[in-house]
Amino acid sequence: MNNIYEVLSNKKIADKTFQMILKGDTSKISKPGQFLNIKIDDGFKYFLRRPISICTYKENEITIIYKILGKGTEVLAKKTFGDKLDILLPLGNGYTIKNKPEKQILIGGGVGVPPLYELAKKMYSQGITFDVVLGFNTKNDVFYEEEFRKYTNHIYIATMDGSYGYKGNVLDLIKGLGLKFDYYYSCGPERMLEALIKEKYDGQLSFEERMGCGFGACMGCSKKTVNSYKRICKDGPVLESWEVFIDE
Amino acid sequence: MNKLAVELPGMKLDNPIIPASGTFGYGYEFSEFYDINILGSFSFKGTTLNERFGNKTPRIAESYAGMLNAIGLQNPGVDNVINIELEKLKKVYHKKVIANIGGSSKKDYIETVKKISKSNLIGAIELNISCPNVKAGGMSFGTDKHTAYDLTKAVKSVTNLPIYVKLSPNVTDVVEIAKAVEAAGADAISMINTLVGMRIDLKTGKPILANIYGGFSGPAIKPIALKMVHQVYKAVHIPIIGMGGITDAYDVIEMMYAGATAVQIGTANLIDPYACKKIIEDLPKVMNELKIKELKNIIGRSHNE
Repeated sequence: MNNIYEVLSNKKIADKTFQMILKGDTSKISKPGQFLNIKIDDGFKYFLRRPISICTYKENEITIIYKILGKGTEVLAKKTFGDKLDILLPLGNGYTIKNKPEKQILIGGGVGVPPLYELAKKMYSQGITFDVVLGFNTKNDVFYEEEFRKYTNHIYIATMDGSYGYKGNVLDLIKGLGLKFDYYYSCGPERMLEALIKEKYDGQLSFEERMGCGFGACMGCSKKTVNSYKRICKDGPVLESWEVFIDE
Repeated sequence: MNKLAVELPGMKLDNPIIPASGTFGYGYEFSEFYDINILGSFSFKGTTLNERFGNKTPRIAESYAGMLNAIGLQNPGVDNVINIELEKLKKVYHKKVIANIGGSSKKDYIETVKKISKSNLIGAIELNISCPNVKAGGMSFGTDKHTAYDLTKAVKSVTNLPIYVKLSPNVTDVVEIAKAVEAAGADAISMINTLVGMRIDLKTGKPILANIYGGFSGPAIKPIALKMVHQVYKAVHIPIIGMGGITDAYDVIEMMYAGATAVQIGTANLIDPYACKKIIEDLPKVMNELKIKELKNIIGRSHNE
């Protein structure tokens, strides 16, 4: 029941974007795409935990990447070596790696990119080849391009303002460059995920939602699916494309 | 002798700790964290006659020392609760559970109570007349004394189980509602439900919750809960289950001093899934510190001359 993790490093890797490495038990993490839930401090000011996806992990070491989006993450960005954090993990279902589809692709947007990194690592270790498409707003937001290159030679970057790589969003890039694939794994802003759903491609998507608990108790993050509802934190965050229902 | 034991109508509890409805699901999922049989009991997720999806998301917003929720009574409906959820629960839990029942009409409440009363896992019914997040019914049953009386009486006549009525703090005078449900035959009162509130996103200028308003809970509301329990304790003769921001063993004692026979722990479970376990483990230490021999003797202590 020891949920205390120690900060090993916490550095800025892109605009308002930080990479934190934590020391502590990782033995229960089973799949890429799972997340953790951090208590920012001991007091009641930042009352709820902050859910952040696991970027990669090894024995006793976890890497997360987060962006400063509010006061809680601002405080998180100030943590330094030796600071202790109360963290619940692993949470959520994670991605299920498919062996069959011939041509697979990883599609990430912004701070949706991190969980795809562990996925890329696992797929590579299983001998699966894949393309990677990452989308950001602008050049200063781009991170982990070189890291992904360790696992694939086919990496494509898009920026909305065209300051780096392809100009446009990830779908513009996929269509513009004529990338072909049979199956995708994605994580990113809701608009990006909905656009992928509308294109009727087959794949898995990792969703984000404001959460209360992060472990299935409060029903705060429910999402309607084709057959029922799912809790993004517990039955997700990864859903299959066929089951997602776009609530207009 | 178990110095933590307390008694509610129809239920002898090993300790006064009861996870509150809506923060503990149907219980069995928390058995991943610890053996839930250590609990006094627990109140399951608010259940209605038919399945409800609830409100649109975002349903959660944070505030200092608390949170807002606007779930909207998402639940699979009473038949599924009996046939699926409680079947899963009974594999890991061997005590009686409190059935939290909501509704949007008197007929719904009666029908749901009739159905759930057939389950032998239920120790008492917690009549939720205080949910602030549903459009029809919910809180409106608990903000008018005549309606509260009428519904309590109607439900009481269709079940042999004890009825605990869960009151809303969003009223002018909680005492008159408490008296009304007591007069209608309520066996106990549980209080308080969440306080209605809101948060606004500074970037968009729009309310954070899709439902606009939600129920505020957490440590910030504890003084309000204590005051209301204190007031109601003076006015009624039935036991009170106190709740509102209880986070640790000290808070439990304070709530019992105010007049609660047992307590419910809500929001604390969402921040720390082990919260109730820790509180149960800490209680004997805190009792020692405060020189309390038996918990049942401290109920209402703050009212002593």
